[in-house]
Amino acid sequence: MDLALKDLGENIAAVLHHEVLASEIVHDELIITSRPDAIVKVLTYLRDDVNCQFKQLMDVCGADYPEREPRFEVVYNLLSLNHNNRVRVKVQTDDSTPVPSVSDVFSSAGWWEREAWDLFGIYFADHADLRRIMTDYGFDGHPLRKDFPLTGFVEVRYDDEQKRVVYEPVKLTQEYRSFDFLSPWEGVREVLPGDEKAEGGEG
Amino acid sequence: MPDTQIKNLTMNFGPQHPAAHGVLRLVLEMDGEVVERADPHIGLLHRGTEKLIEYKSYLQALPYFDRLDYVAPQNQEHALALATEKLLGIEAPPRAQYIRVLYAEIGRLLNHIFNICAFAMDVGAMTPMLWGFEEREILMGFCERVSGARMHMAYFRPGGVAFDMPSGLSEDIMAWCERFPQVIDDCESLLTENRIFKQRTVDIGPITAEQAMDWGFSGPNLRAAGVPWDIRKAQPYDVYDAMDFDIPIGKHGDCYDRYLVRILEMRESLKIAIQCLKEMPDGPVKTQDHKISPPRRSDMKRSMEALIHHFKLFTEGYHVPAGETYTVVEAPKGEFGVYLVSDGTNKPYRCKIRSPGFAHLQALDFLSRGHMLADVVANIGSLDIVFGEIDR
Repeated sequence: MDLALKDLGENIAAVLHHEVLASEIVHDELIITSRPDAIVKVLTYLRDDVNCQFKQLMDVCGADYPEREPRFEVVYNLLSLNHNNRVRVKVQTDDSTPVPSVSDVFSSAGWWEREAWDLFGIYFADHADLRRIMTDYGFDGHPLRKDFPLTGFVEVRYDDEQKRVVYEPVKLTQEYRSFDFLSPWEGVREVLPGDEKAEGGEG
Repeated sequence: MPDTQIKNLTMNFGPQHPAAHGVLRLVLEMDGEVVERADPHIGLLHRGTEKLIEYKSYLQALPYFDRLDYVAPQNQEHALALATEKLLGIEAPPRAQYIRVLYAEIGRLLNHIFNICAFAMDVGAMTPMLWGFEEREILMGFCERVSGARMHMAYFRPGGVAFDMPSGLSEDIMAWCERFPQVIDDCESLLTENRIFKQRTVDIGPITAEQAMDWGFSGPNLRAAGVPWDIRKAQPYDVYDAMDFDIPIGKHGDCYDRYLVRILEMRESLKIAIQCLKEMPDGPVKTQDHKISPPRRSDMKRSMEALIHHFKLFTEGYHVPAGETYTVVEAPKGEFGVYLVSDGTNKPYRCKIRSPGFAHLQALDFLSRGHMLADVVANIGSLDIVFGEIDR
């Protein structure tokens, strides 16, 4: 099955060589990176081509990598019932470049794109109804961005005098503590000062 | 007489309506009693699970999954456990896989009992709810006996399950499995040929196979539209490939077929559960790599190594190699997926939860257009919607 998936990836990359930037297999899952402005064409091809037939868009989600340029990734997970395989299509974008909406190709994309807009601030062009979906009415900011603090900025409480729910800045009695568990002797290859001399001397 | 201006009525349904199955706020545009447009407003139960998980170790992230679809908590844990195992490159021992499949099917039964009974109550039948909850209580008793918690089990861990099954439990589950078909029959005698129930559900909210695929349907709702697709068969995980069961499918994709598919699925789940109980091998229930799973308590009293492992696991957790995966399980409501991105530390970098209910609720507008107001309730009930997983 792995070989078939690899062939499929190469095939897609060959046919759409202008649109597809890369295709790879990680953990037995096919990942295709596409140009953001060509995403509609790529997904339409994946849906309609006889060898692909990815008729179902199971998920669209954003991901934030602040150190990358551009920082956002939009991930589309597709499923083919006929061929019993999955493909993941990725595009990269930043907070000002819109990604064309694929809600005309797959109806199910509508809400997921709204969610990515709400939580990451990724803008989708030609989306019929790009409102916030998860957060509160009148919410400010995009909470799943890495630079958005876990505790948020405002908290709500019911004010008995004003007889309504009021928004106030978050007051924490204790700062949120995030422990650094990256132990220096595991995972990170850090050379302690002086060590390079010892190794250099012996070798 | 002057012409009266007829204006569409906008109506608020929920968020505290008992048939909204939680906190659904539905803005309905009505033309008389006919729905012109349904606009579900979700997010009233949004707890920021995905954000919280980014600040927790993999093991600490697990209990959040119980709180997504709280009607069948263990099936969500299963997805995270499998995703983490895939990134770690480990596999649970056979006995753990059998226990997981057994409890995943108990979760499916918990869910389908709840859905069928709540759906029946939405369309006017009170009795199934009372009968069904008696059985759910017994099933949650089985959950408590194996994990200590009736609902939020936190039992399926990466690398296996938390504890072995206590003695006597499998006999009790077996006895229940042999008795339960009678309860399904009783329930069916109240609903399946019931004139009122059929009038409320047959040809209500029909969807074709193509439309269902376009809207991202999965699970019983997709199968009711006539698509024979089940992840347990097509892309089996754990020991589902050793199980002998059938996939019931519907024909019309209406509310009645969705109900029938769930009834039949309960019978199939019982078959799987009985096979698990009969074929369950002996052996360890979690991986023996103590960098991933905690050592036995008795070992910690004597072995320094075990104590260190325990301390490191429950403070720092394990580091997961960098990579990403989209791992799915067939949850009772449909395809439950976890898109897990690891950056090599002890915390997930990104954990997107693909909940089946999100896609199903999205299609509510499509399903309800042109139907009567009362049919919206039937549609919501038959789609099997739980807000814990939709709002996350």
